[in-house]
Amino acid sequence: MTNNNEILLQVDNLKTYFHTRTGCFRAVNGVSFHVRKGETLGIVGESGSGKSVSQYSLLKLIPQPPGKIESGTAFFDGTDLLSADEKTLRGIRGKRISMIFQDPMTCLNPYLKIGDQIIEPLLIHHNYNKEEARKKAIEALKQVGMTSPEKRMKGYPHELSGGMRQRVMIAMALITEPELLIADEPTTALDVTVQAQILDLIKKLQKEKNTAVIFITHDLGVIAGVADRVMVMYAGEIVEEGLTEEIFYSACHPYTRALLKSIPANAQVGDELFSIDGLPPNLSHKITGCSFNPRCTEKVNDDKNLDFPTLTEITKSHRVANCACALRNVSEIERNS
Amino acid sequence: MSYLNIENLVTSFPVRGQGFFSKKIPDVKIINNVSLNIKKGEVLGLVGESGCGKSTLGRSLLRLVPVKSGKILFNNDDLMNKNYSELSKLRPQLQMIFQDPYASLDPRMTIYDTLAEPLLFHNIVPKSELDEEINRLMNLVGLAPRYIKKYPHEFSGGQRQRIAIARALALRPEFIIADEPVSALDVSIQSQIINLLLDLKKKLNLTILFISHDLSVVRFICDRIAVMYLGKIVEIAPSKELFENPIHPYTQALLSAIPLPDPRKEKNRERILLQGEPPSHLNPPSGCAFSPRCHKKKDASCGTRTPSLVQTSDTRWVSDCACCEQR
Repeated sequence: MTNNNEILLQVDNLKTYFHTRTGCFRAVNGVSFHVRKGETLGIVGESGSGKSVSQYSLLKLIPQPPGKIESGTAFFDGTDLLSADEKTLRGIRGKRISMIFQDPMTCLNPYLKIGDQIIEPLLIHHNYNKEEARKKAIEALKQVGMTSPEKRMKGYPHELSGGMRQRVMIAMALITEPELLIADEPTTALDVTVQAQILDLIKKLQKEKNTAVIFITHDLGVIAGVADRVMVMYAGEIVEEGLTEEIFYSACHPYTRALLKSIPANAQVGDELFSIDGLPPNLSHKITGCSFNPRCTEKVNDDKNLDFPTLTEITKSHRVANCACALRNVSEIERNS
Repeated sequence: MSYLNIENLVTSFPVRGQGFFSKKIPDVKIINNVSLNIKKGEVLGLVGESGCGKSTLGRSLLRLVPVKSGKILFNNDDLMNKNYSELSKLRPQLQMIFQDPYASLDPRMTIYDTLAEPLLFHNIVPKSELDEEINRLMNLVGLAPRYIKKYPHEFSGGQRQRIAIARALALRPEFIIADEPVSALDVSIQSQIINLLLDLKKKLNLTILFISHDLSVVRFICDRIAVMYLGKIVEIAPSKELFENPIHPYTQALLSAIPLPDPRKEKNRERILLQGEPPSHLNPPSGCAFSPRCHKKKDASCGTRTPSLVQTSDTRWVSDCACCEQR
């Protein structure tokens, strides 16, 4: 799907901590990744693994305080988003980078007409007059498959079903033709049939406009369908990153493997479902060594536990945390191939 | 020999028109003439889109919502003829696990209180054995008994769902309605709870009505599956048969919409993309309720004749609409 390989967004060593009364939560702890033009990067992980916070940090959408971006750079087309001032950011947010949020029920303003909400980015970023903006909004609603868009423009969000509201969100996010779309669990609140429609729609619009998409979800099935590359996050860190096929067919990190095994769709009926025992670690405690170690089933007693696992490259596109178990899996895969 | 038998169940809710003097609107039927039976010891899955009435059906079985007409035979005993106190005596046998463990536990009660309340109310164990029984329940669902003095907010989602399951099991029920018990949980935690439910089912010989919109979970846990669309059941089949050979166009669309965690298969599969939105109960389409979105619709008769569920083999029931018969 990639038309050119130019890197659109390059994030390095992003750290976002939340300083609360009960301690310092290391929600995102040194994350580096990049997104190329026109590609879809999927981010998977459990709730609390930092997948949303890492993306919100890019646009400074986290509440500060208690949140604080401790370090890192995020170059978007030559601008460092993390050190940019509010004015520069305002020109980027909603114009060049848009977001779709998880819950369409709460992200639309219930007091404003749908039309007013959709044209707002155009009025702010493009100096359209109201009439032009309205025309463009109607067109955008048509594109996302809304019936009778003229009538919908005058309606309020509560008149729409969840799927329809998510369409409005998508229309709103894409109306400024952004270069990067961050979709934070856009289909989690929807039914499978509606989910299929929405995923199809995002894919179609992405192709038309060559938008890069960062797709956050915890559903590996959805990721398999939409993503070109996948990043697996655990406890605020990236544990594995690679092309979608690499992640699904030759996963190396024990956490990625466990996630894939625990999907009911992959299991034989009648067997016990593979489950990851225990809970994700408390991010307010300092974690040394592999963060997945306490729940890992592949660990061997005499494994040397690295203090700070870092990502090592296996192939050009495939990186994995260099904990002992992952490296063992890497050499096993190499032997078999 | 069926264990729980539902015949022609109708649950409807009154709707107010706009304004005081508005025309009276007939009650809206959320459950429209549903018949279903559940065998002892089986797990029956109930799937459908949100708003199709699957949760209402579950609640109707326990008479938690006002049921308009029909029969609910539980061990050949009609629950519809029971008054409040008779129902209350039966409740220990019929328990429910709710979807959202964040909302279904009282935030002001410790886990001990939450588990003790049903035990004391129904006199399941004498007071002297209460502590012992609560410890037993905690162990049963895989929680350490030392947590009993804690409050729900101190637990994670998966742990809370375990508490909710322990509460449902406290009364030693035979039949459990699990209303989307894992949809609020993460994949890794979800599999823990599914394993727990299957394990408990075996241990305690439970019968479960498993309500869910996640077909991959349903495939894994259920013996039989009933598919619901707009207040009606359109297909019932053993789980394996349903997945291998879905007959109703809606079931086909539903199965094809499940995202597969396998990129190669996912790229090459043909999807049936449904057009339009789920219809509203307030204004149901005439004839076959699925006809406006149906990808197989052939002629106008779909929009006029209302299909009903008929038995096609020993184990299968399917809606007798034209599209299902045509195959």
